[in-house]
Amino acid sequence: MKILVGVKRVVDYNVRIQVKADGSGVATDGVKMSMNPFDEIAVEEALRIKEAGKADEVIAVTIGPKVCQEQLRTALAMGADRAIHVETDDDIQPLTGARILKALADKEEPKIVLLGKQAIDDDNNQTAQMLGALSHWPQATFASEVNIEGESAVVTREIDAGLEQLSVDLPAVISVDLRLNEPRYVKLPDIMKAKRKPIETITLGDLNVDAAASVKVLKTSAPAKRQAGIKVESVDELVTVLKEKGLI
Amino acid sequence: MSKVLVIAEHDGNQLNGSTARAVACASELGLDAVDVAVLAADGAVVADQAASLTGVSTVVLVQNPANEHAVAALLAPQIEALASDYSHVFAPSTTFGKDLMPRVAAHLGVPQISDIMRVESATVFDRPVYAGNAVVTVEAAEGIVIGTVRTASYAAVGQEGSASIETRELSVELPSHTRYVGLQTSGGSDRPDLQAAAKVVSGGRGVGSEENFSVIYKLADKLGAGVGASRAAVDAGFIPNDHQVGQTGKIIAPELYMAFGISGAIQHLAGIKDAGTIVAVNKDADAPIFEVADYGLVGDLFEVIDELEKAL
Repeated sequence: MKILVGVKRVVDYNVRIQVKADGSGVATDGVKMSMNPFDEIAVEEALRIKEAGKADEVIAVTIGPKVCQEQLRTALAMGADRAIHVETDDDIQPLTGARILKALADKEEPKIVLLGKQAIDDDNNQTAQMLGALSHWPQATFASEVNIEGESAVVTREIDAGLEQLSVDLPAVISVDLRLNEPRYVKLPDIMKAKRKPIETITLGDLNVDAAASVKVLKTSAPAKRQAGIKVESVDELVTVLKEKGLI
Repeated sequence: MSKVLVIAEHDGNQLNGSTARAVACASELGLDAVDVAVLAADGAVVADQAASLTGVSTVVLVQNPANEHAVAALLAPQIEALASDYSHVFAPSTTFGKDLMPRVAAHLGVPQISDIMRVESATVFDRPVYAGNAVVTVEAAEGIVIGTVRTASYAAVGQEGSASIETRELSVELPSHTRYVGLQTSGGSDRPDLQAAAKVVSGGRGVGSEENFSVIYKLADKLGAGVGASRAAVDAGFIPNDHQVGQTGKIIAPELYMAFGISGAIQHLAGIKDAGTIVAVNKDADAPIFEVADYGLVGDLFEVIDELEKAL
């Protein structure tokens, strides 16, 4: 059984985002880039399923310009067996991304596609669900536990009401949430070993995928900021101000 | 005629408060009608509640035993069948809407606009990116507009409506590949729902343990408040996940938010920036939560809560 796992290159989690003054986007020149944290969890889960003897091969895939191969190398160093780079300089939105992943799934025939529930740049939270729709596969989003049981999987999902369990037939697409696992640290020998693992580069044309209609970004602006308030010195003072505002 | 269909979130008995907020957003589109779809096993009660929402023209009720639990793979084809009468289909950007709507959009072959926080026109919207550290103004693609509504950006509409209820039979084949197994909730509490509460008392890593969280619950009960938590507190097992406030938890807009022992990671702040008044209590005077708090108090949270309870 194969697992296909999606990896996206994004501005690192710890970077303080700066909106460009001309409204054309956020500053990315010279900014640290990393694998989307949710995708790291997806890679880790794929590896754990393989290590438990329930999968034979973990294939990492990314979509984007040449530099995205850095993130594929990270996935390979974590333990993925091979990688596919769908190379494009275009802005790939979720629906097109889902079409690409569907084309790859048709070709590779994985039993599970594992994706992060959202990327921390666009925060769309769409690609896994769209892939599920296009493939007519089940989806289990926001997973905090995944148990593979033969030809199906029982997935615990973190939803607003609590923890929901779904049973889905395989093949299925699963999007992962933060508490699913803690990704492993990559050790230096693994980084060296990863350099010898294969990365296949293909294009949208090779996959016969047409870009979907896209949402047009007209401008990017800084959010309205909350003003810092005051420090109160005592609980009495706090109670007084909250009472004055009618809040307690 | 341009109309918007809002997909109701409910648990079979009660319309979720997020629906009334999504209706508020949908009402700003300036279309000919705002309709609400209730997909349920037995949805008469929920349909009545939806019909009372101010501004709603028609409630479309689809009853099917398969709709007993909200399973996206089963709901999506039904919504796709309803969508042909509409120019827009919206749902709240809760885990319900986030799970469901991209599946609908992909079935219809159109992109989705997630987390709408402002309506500029029927096709131009603002939405947050980078955990709310930037806002993009986006224009929808040609065709039907599929969107989710950032509920904290909208106040719920009132309950002065009297929409008609129209029952629809859909001949759609539903897949059998997805089965609902069960739901664990923190349950059995009379506390207000976190996303609807006017006041929320929240605890973070500084609370220290599951046992210590009892002081947070106690204060919340005294104030009639909902109980929230930071990701750190949930990760540490102090409190179940459905209490998590922040970018990857619940995004809330109470009138009063009181944060105890929460340092204020960017992802947490993204979940509370629409709160009316933020109070922060933390031992660390440099904690980032103080940069957004209206009232900050540096001190031991247990002592402060003790004193607060006496003063209330």
